[in-house]
Amino acid sequence: MADERGDSVLNGYDPNGFYCEMLRSAANQPIRDRLADLTIDALQRRSADAEAELYNLGITFTVYSDKDAIDRILPFDVIPRVLSSSEWDHIERGVIQRVAAINHLLDDIYHDEKILKDGIVPAELIKGNANYRPIMQGVKVPHKSYVNICGTDIVRGADGTFMVLEDNARTPSGVSYVIENRHMMARAFPDLMNGIGIRPVDNYGLMLQAAMQEIAPAGVDDPQVVLLSPGTYNSAYFEHVFLAREMGVPLVEGRDLLVENDQVYMRTISGLSRVDVIYRRLNDDFLDPEAFLADSMLGVPGLMRAYRAGKVSLANAVGTGVSDDKAVYAYMPRIIQYYLGEEAILPNVETNICREPDALQYTLDNMHNLVVKPVGEAGGYGITIGPKATKDELAEARAKLIADPSNYISQPVISLSVSPTLVDGGIEGRHVDLRPFAITGEKTWVLPGGLTRVALRRGSLVVNSSQGGGSKDTWVLE
Amino acid sequence: MSSLLSRYAECIFWLARFVERAEDLARILDVNETFSRDARGSQNWLSIVQLHADEKRFFEKHPIATADAVIRFYVTDIENPTSIIWAIRAARENARTLRPLISTEMWVQLNVFYNRLKAIDKAELAPGAMTRLLSWIKESCQTHTGITEGTFFRDQGWYFYQLGRYIERADQTTRLLDIKYHLLLPKTADVGSPIDASQWSALLRSAAGYHAFRRLHSNGITPARVAGFLLLNHRFPRSVYLCLREVDTNLSELRSRYSLRGGTDACSSVDELHAILSTKTIDEILHAGLHEFIDLIQCQLSDITNHLAVAFFGALPTVPDAEALSPSQ
Repeated sequence: MADERGDSVLNGYDPNGFYCEMLRSAANQPIRDRLADLTIDALQRRSADAEAELYNLGITFTVYSDKDAIDRILPFDVIPRVLSSSEWDHIERGVIQRVAAINHLLDDIYHDEKILKDGIVPAELIKGNANYRPIMQGVKVPHKSYVNICGTDIVRGADGTFMVLEDNARTPSGVSYVIENRHMMARAFPDLMNGIGIRPVDNYGLMLQAAMQEIAPAGVDDPQVVLLSPGTYNSAYFEHVFLAREMGVPLVEGRDLLVENDQVYMRTISGLSRVDVIYRRLNDDFLDPEAFLADSMLGVPGLMRAYRAGKVSLANAVGTGVSDDKAVYAYMPRIIQYYLGEEAILPNVETNICREPDALQYTLDNMHNLVVKPVGEAGGYGITIGPKATKDELAEARAKLIADPSNYISQPVISLSVSPTLVDGGIEGRHVDLRPFAITGEKTWVLPGGLTRVALRRGSLVVNSSQGGGSKDTWVLE
Repeated sequence: MSSLLSRYAECIFWLARFVERAEDLARILDVNETFSRDARGSQNWLSIVQLHADEKRFFEKHPIATADAVIRFYVTDIENPTSIIWAIRAARENARTLRPLISTEMWVQLNVFYNRLKAIDKAELAPGAMTRLLSWIKESCQTHTGITEGTFFRDQGWYFYQLGRYIERADQTTRLLDIKYHLLLPKTADVGSPIDASQWSALLRSAAGYHAFRRLHSNGITPARVAGFLLLNHRFPRSVYLCLREVDTNLSELRSRYSLRGGTDACSSVDELHAILSTKTIDEILHAGLHEFIDLIQCQLSDITNHLAVAFFGALPTVPDAEALSPSQ
């Protein structure tokens, strides 16, 4: 590469005053040195090869138009996002603490309701929540681990502080990209990685499988684990395939399963075969037409009967959605304090709960400076970013907020950290977040790193794949 | 290890069938392209339409069966369920479902193959370029077969793959023979009349059997010998007999190795057909009527598929025409 012409990668790169993930860490020096040996041309060429490979490998999500199913890759940026071992240590402890608090919360609200009786969290916020499942009252969950797989969205502000933006405690996705991105980097940039000392991500499937074994119903030897997917038409089907393969378990659809005498079975060529643990990538609503949406074709009639009878374990447990609600989120520091007697290691982003009159007034008075989010939406939809919104957009958001205040929270605009990113033949800073994945059976284990999502549009703060986001390989240095 | 999901068994069976079907169709088109530019050329292109009983759908789209129209209909028309691209799309959809089970290499090759088929342009379908395109399709199917042979784990799924492949191949061989035989010999009275040897060698070539046939019958081509070779030969990999023997072996091994109770009906059907193919001579078959005999084989193959579906795929016993259905439709 030495004889190639063109600028080297970080020459002339300017993060425009944002906190830069690449430049601000002393631990990143060896990586900066190696990037300096690469030209932008070479980077671009290898990047194109890498994307073609992702497409051919079918590491894609599927977008449906009227006529056709289109496979898209999640755009992949080849410049890694690097975390030092001390940064990671901090994040890891923060995530473990948070998952512990969430599991305490869920066990409590489906049993003794102490936190509600003590007035720490308003009872109506929990019980009036669409994702609160009364059917879970009194149900025993192995090891009281409700959230076996958790994705915690973390951002970094202008001063470099890591903050939790959102908990994903239902069926968080994206972990397949973490591992496939690493494989891709190892193929396309062996020279960049060689000898750096990056913590591996390959054992996610083993750890997940081990956790699934741990949560199996009591008394079951050698439990049969399956992954339940909505099917090939689901946009995350690749991830389901990936996880089933990594765990070495069958990938089933609802139609492959049936319940007889409260026992779950799958249909095989040698007849019915017992199923003990289901890692389900279906939302609660679709799991069992007898218990939830009656017209769900994706679920298994009678599954909740088997679950409540303790004959099958589900990961995540049913009813975890209440804990990652954006309004409940605002109480997380207090929830952590209540159950664990600790300060939150990873702070929340300051949040105004618009169901509270003062917070509503504050939000209305400062809308042009705030991000206003509906509490029930995922995927970055319905968000109004005050400083970027037009007058009309602000007026519209204000009207919606006044009409239904308890459906909204507001937060200050975080000046998200940036990471150098290959765009339009040059290197520019783009905003990133981080989603570490935590697996909890008896104990919690966090995959080193996680999914770094990057907002590829200039100036954009929205990293969701449905809104022009891509991903980066995330390196945790040893 | 847990037993194979019924749905996967069905998908892998059909994955194998669709790729085999695409390969066989590429063979038929290729041999027409190469050997049928004579006076009877147009008749030969129409025969492909007849072979698939596609007259109605074909003529809704094209006024006459020109080489160009037939080739487009069978290679790149994604709306035509008897086209190559349709079969490979169905194979890919099944492979997509099967990704947890099949090797990554199997999936990648089918994914790339299908995406390449979608990108075929006009120039590649031009008369001079056709053979190259069809050879590429044939080789891509063979690449799939080779990758499967070299990478697919030999558990229960492998047996269903083999069953699908050989049932489809047997079926395609009978179809090829049926239409050509009647096209070339319209009336029984014609038996013994001078025949067009090049047409018969074209038939053999489309099944990749020309050279083997020559070695076996160095003294000349007769319709009876060709039919006998394609139906009854014990060594030719595309003969109905050999395909049936493979079905028999694979089904027996699957059932005994995995102690499967289901599948006795399928076994009986295989045995019956096997017995017929082992005892009849080609002269007896021609005497009783080749078309009737081929009909019998096709019905029996369809029965075997239905029995497999009931025993292993979770189908209900009274599916009238499961042969025509695929899981990805």
